[in-house]
Amino acid sequence: MAVELDVFVGNTTIMDEEVYQLWLDGYTVNDAVKVRMEGGVLEEFEASADVLLSDTMDQYRTFQMCERLLHSPAKLANQLLFQIPPHRQAILIERYYAFDDAFVREVLGKKLSKGTKKDLDDISAKTSVTLKSCRRQHWVQFIGCDGFDNFKRVFKVVEELKGPLVENIRQHFLLSDKLARDYAAIVFFANNRFETGKRKLQYLTFQDFAFCAGQLINSWTIGAVDNMVEDMDVDLDKEFLQELKELKILITDKDLLDQHKSLVCTALRGKTKAFNEMEANFKNLSRGLVNIAAKLTNTKDVRDFFIDLVEKFIEPCRSDRWTASDMRLYLTHYTNSAHILDTFKHQVVWDRYMGVIKSCIFKMYHD
Amino acid sequence: MPGKLKAKIVAGRHLPVMDRASDLTDAFVEVKFGNTTFKTDVCPKSLNPQWNSEWFKFEVDDEDLQDEPLQITVLDHDTYSANDAIGKVYIDIDPLLCSEAASVISGWFPIYDTIHGIRGEINVLVKVELFNDLNRFRQSSCGVKFFCTTSIPRCYRAAMVHGFVEELVVNEDPEYQWIDRIRTPRASNEARQRLISLMSGELQRKIGLKVLEMGGNAVVGYLQCFDLEGESGLVVRAIGTACTLDKLSSGSAPNTNTHVHPNTAPASNACNSPSKDGKEPVFGEDLPSFSGPPTPFRALPTSSSSPPPFSPSKPCSRQSSSSDTDLSLTPKTGKNTYVLSSIVSDQAVFYLQEFPFFTLTSFPPGFLVHVGGVVSARSVKLLDRIHNPDEPETRDAWWEEIRQEIKSHAKALGCHAVVGYSESTSICEEVCILSASGTAAILNPRYMREGCLDIGSTDHRLFTVAFHLRQFEEPSPPSCGFCHIPYDELNMPFPAQLTYCYHCRRQKVPDVLFTTIDMPPEAAVTGKGCLIQARLCRLKKKAQGEVNATAISNLLPFMEYELHTQLMNKLKLRSMNALFGLHIQISVGENMLLGLASATGVYLTALPAPGGIQIAGKTPGDLSNEHHILTIQKRINDTITKNKELYQINPPELTEEVVGSPIPEPRQRSRLFRSHSESSDELSELDLSHGKKDAFVLEIDDTDAVEDIHSLLTDAPPPTGFYSCNTEIMPGIYNWTTGVQMFTSVRVFRLSNANLTNQGLNKIFTDLCENLLKSFYFKLRSMIPCCLCHLNFTVAVPEEELIQVAVTAVAMTFDKDQTQEKPADKPVTKGCSETEEQLQFPLELCADSSSITTQTSSKISAASVDYGSFADRCSTWLELLRLKAHTIRRGSVKTISSLERSSPLPEGRSRSLRSNRSFGGSSVPVVKMTPLSFLPGTRIIKYLGIINMFFIRETTSLREEGGVSGFLHSFIAEVFAMVRAHVAALGGNAVVSYSMKECVLMENPNKNQAQCLINVSGDAVICVIETDQESMPSTINVVQTCSSGADGAT
Repeated sequence: MAVELDVFVGNTTIMDEEVYQLWLDGYTVNDAVKVRMEGGVLEEFEASADVLLSDTMDQYRTFQMCERLLHSPAKLANQLLFQIPPHRQAILIERYYAFDDAFVREVLGKKLSKGTKKDLDDISAKTSVTLKSCRRQHWVQFIGCDGFDNFKRVFKVVEELKGPLVENIRQHFLLSDKLARDYAAIVFFANNRFETGKRKLQYLTFQDFAFCAGQLINSWTIGAVDNMVEDMDVDLDKEFLQELKELKILITDKDLLDQHKSLVCTALRGKTKAFNEMEANFKNLSRGLVNIAAKLTNTKDVRDFFIDLVEKFIEPCRSDRWTASDMRLYLTHYTNSAHILDTFKHQVVWDRYMGVIKSCIFKMYHD
Repeated sequence: MPGKLKAKIVAGRHLPVMDRASDLTDAFVEVKFGNTTFKTDVCPKSLNPQWNSEWFKFEVDDEDLQDEPLQITVLDHDTYSANDAIGKVYIDIDPLLCSEAASVISGWFPIYDTIHGIRGEINVLVKVELFNDLNRFRQSSCGVKFFCTTSIPRCYRAAMVHGFVEELVVNEDPEYQWIDRIRTPRASNEARQRLISLMSGELQRKIGLKVLEMGGNAVVGYLQCFDLEGESGLVVRAIGTACTLDKLSSGSAPNTNTHVHPNTAPASNACNSPSKDGKEPVFGEDLPSFSGPPTPFRALPTSSSSPPPFSPSKPCSRQSSSSDTDLSLTPKTGKNTYVLSSIVSDQAVFYLQEFPFFTLTSFPPGFLVHVGGVVSARSVKLLDRIHNPDEPETRDAWWEEIRQEIKSHAKALGCHAVVGYSESTSICEEVCILSASGTAAILNPRYMREGCLDIGSTDHRLFTVAFHLRQFEEPSPPSCGFCHIPYDELNMPFPAQLTYCYHCRRQKVPDVLFTTIDMPPEAAVTGKGCLIQARLCRLKKKAQGEVNATAISNLLPFMEYELHTQLMNKLKLRSMNALFGLHIQISVGENMLLGLASATGVYLTALPAPGGIQIAGKTPGDLSNEHHILTIQKRINDTITKNKELYQINPPELTEEVVGSPIPEPRQRSRLFRSHSESSDELSELDLSHGKKDAFVLEIDDTDAVEDIHSLLTDAPPPTGFYSCNTEIMPGIYNWTTGVQMFTSVRVFRLSNANLTNQGLNKIFTDLCENLLKSFYFKLRSMIPCCLCHLNFTVAVPEEELIQVAVTAVAMTFDKDQTQEKPADKPVTKGCSETEEQLQFPLELCADSSSITTQTSSKISAASVDYGSFADRCSTWLELLRLKAHTIRRGSVKTISSLERSSPLPEGRSRSLRSNRSFGGSSVPVVKMTPLSFLPGTRIIKYLGIINMFFIRETTSLREEGGVSGFLHSFIAEVFAMVRAHVAALGGNAVVSYSMKECVLMENPNKNQAQCLINVSGDAVICVIETDQESMPSTINVVQTCSSGADGAT
């Protein structure tokens, strides 16, 4: 004796957000029923476990049927099969593409095609995101741990489009601005293969990196100067990277270096407790930043951009116990003073470079 | 050439990938009508092709236009092999043939394939140019409007109601043709879909012709069904009510306020009608003026005796059956043009009609004069005995017989018409049960005759009718008039217990009233109603042919009897006294019969309060038994008390005493009759000596009886915040808000092979239905407070060990606060108070009436039906008001209003959370669907035509599609999608009176296969959100602003 068939179909598709989340998290129907029972929905509504099972099954089926549409969210809005109010559609999509920061932090910058099951197991163990969940979560596919095909399709869409990356992702996947930015960061990191996994970088969160990616996308890519090229927001502006070599004069020209130092020290004197350390370390720090700039023409050095920032600048400052406001003060004057150097002709490149460096360091410098 | 059909194929989108190599599709379209086919160009390598074709023109007869669908096939072009079909769209042209309906069909249609389901969408434009046809012998009936709605459609008024129309067409089922052995399942399915579409068109055209002959221009309450008879053929049949409808000009469009009862006739100048502040729309306004003669609720000592529901002493010939188990196809007894003796001459109009049947379930005020009771007839037939299966004659004769029987039942009840009439079949192999049922009634002949049939013309109809009735005609106030008995009291068709109407005190009313119609909007009710179901399974031996038919025929009367008893018990358990929307379905399987009776119970203020239920043991000496009985009795009493509270049933005349102990202690009784019984030969007698107290007695004499009583008590009431009913709306709830969720749910239960008993089966079946309801409540909990309306259960036995239950219903939100404060008590208390003012009778009347009632009741002591005489026949059956119940009514009066407020309902969630279902901004137009004839908070401004669609879906990869559940789930979703798309293409935004009339599922999991057929219908409409200036004066505004504010778009 058993229920052989049991379906419930509403003219307006009925979806329970809690069940949707359980489905997204990879719970089986039975596990989901358990979780819901523990959640107390039964007592709240005098229902039996059978009722809950039946409801969960119905919803899981609905989600499975919807999944195809969620792969290209724009379709969800003009398909005829499910009548879903727009605000619900938005929730469905946003949740579908939402991801776990800890997890994505692990795979950030990894080569997208090379995800293996083993990697996934490791990451899963490390981040305590259930493997079930991370394997079935689309965003895993997006960044390529599991379903590279799926990622390829999505990535292709973005890749072939002209215009700003974030905007393209937002429009084609109907995501919120925040989520679209995060995805843009993932794509950007994946494309440039930034190293994020080194031990020294472990303290940085996904959101730190996503912020930096946003800065780089806005200022250093081709898109920053020309917004009608393919890949504009994914590739760094080669010309700019070449021009960055010119900045070396700041450290190779002895006069210029001294002049720069004295200007900065004059401005800082009396304003910070760390003044002595700043004065003592000025040349070192300046060399560090300018060298990073000069080396960015090499792909290898682009990859090491973040590790270099940490090693060459953040760590020395931290060992000198700079506060965040010290950092702010120092970098502001360091950047502005360069404008007063009359022999320094590369103001535009300098600003474009330092603008990003400043905000990245501010974000990456945790007290 | 009376017509030119033009079609244009615009574009496609989301097409499936047909060429694996390129991941693309080279699509083109064939457009076919009749025998003419056009093709578009191939749109290469695109999943979103833009054809933008020329206009394809078909010059055709309008007869073909009515019969044929436009067939659009999307194909993938293949240079080297045959083109692959992607899928099809069938478009019914009919709505374009009526000037008042849609003028163009334009929109995205899902491309449907019977094997793969929906595969992308296609944008199509269709127009029709009709030329005037002066040929009076024409075969077409273009222009006749069809409505599924079983009331006069809003925005029309009925100039005349002509009466019953029916038609039946037969064809060979393509699935059973020899060619089916060699063609693909797809081809077979498509042949079937196309054939049914053609037959539906033909049927509609023929009915249209009949309507034209009668002088009408529309069919209301159009009910089309198909019978898959198997080898003997495929039958499509339809019934309806022919009317002459006048469209109301849009300026004075009727106000169809939804919190108002939907069934009120259009009142075109409603704005002019006087209204008082703070009242509910129609109800608030009409009721006071309707509320007829005074109702001395108070101090009303009446007592009545308790005749048993059935007693074998009285043979009732009219309950004979029409089944011919001898299976001789004897011609029916001619068309008897009988004369209704008891009916006065101005009802002569009914003589003209062979069958004075009406498929309508709700009527313009004043139309329905009296209601007699439910009349039904069933007949068992053998399909393999049809002499000439391809011709409709035999089936026509079968239905003719049944209708004659219904007619004679109605006559026996002193009624000249049958309303709320419907017909159905259940087929298993070669056995077919034909069923018909309706409500015997007396209608106001003024609505039927030429000239004076101006139903909606007087804008103050709502009022005038009432006044007319009261002043010039028989003084039956609308709030209770329909309850008054139509038959002659001294010459009653059956023994029943009559009392004076508790509302007007002038006429006799029965103690219980069963009907198949919706509750008249003007009826006075106490408290709220609820869904009441009787469920029953009966095993039968597997058999063939006549033996089988005889076995079924023998079982039917017992099933009807038990269903009736269950209904009656459950009604009493809820302390209610009337059933509306009663629908009894008996479904036949190979080894069992399933019976499901659904109705909405209410407490009609005009009828006497029901008594309780008393339990009696057979062996009074047994102490443990006695104790057991006491326990059960207590449970029953508790349940009754709880239910009264739950449904807010607090009739003013109930005394404290009665409320406290509705039942005499079991010890008091001496000898009691038994009302549950399979062996009806046992004479039951009533001992009146146990006092004046009511007694509906259940005797426990064996385990079955115990089971029965337990099962009575297992029906769980809906959870707090929910109500449910199977009528259009819930009696007692008037202030609907705009939250609407239509749903279809199907469950199939597989019985184990173990030896099943009837009791075991009953339990399984009852649990199945109860669990379904529980599931609905749970799923729809976010809509609380809400009511499940029009709960339509359909049962079937698709295979030997399977029970299938399909439900379509709508959940509607309502404003709880207002329910409590205003409408619930308003109609009643308001009615009371006003009537009191008009009270002309001295209060002594009460005393008088009580004595009269006592006399009456003692006279009619026993009702009886001899089921023994049914032995070898199929039952047919008068459902009547014959159970006894009485209460001593005296003492103090509780006012309803104060009791209403003590409602146990907790606070619901805020409305904004609940009903804020704004769909605005979507690129796909939102189409609402509802089985009701209206959408709350909106006004229907145009009917665009009938939607009548038939789909077949088949799969050979059942597992891959998620098993049967996955298969059916997506199919139902697809059907909804196709209905919505068609409505949207007609320019509509809603489907009203939607129903799923057929859901036939066949599965073979071993072969990984399944097939399902679904038939749905409804009326496509345009409705607009009610706004202040359009609606009636101040009274409704409050409600309306709420509702329109809550709903962003409709």
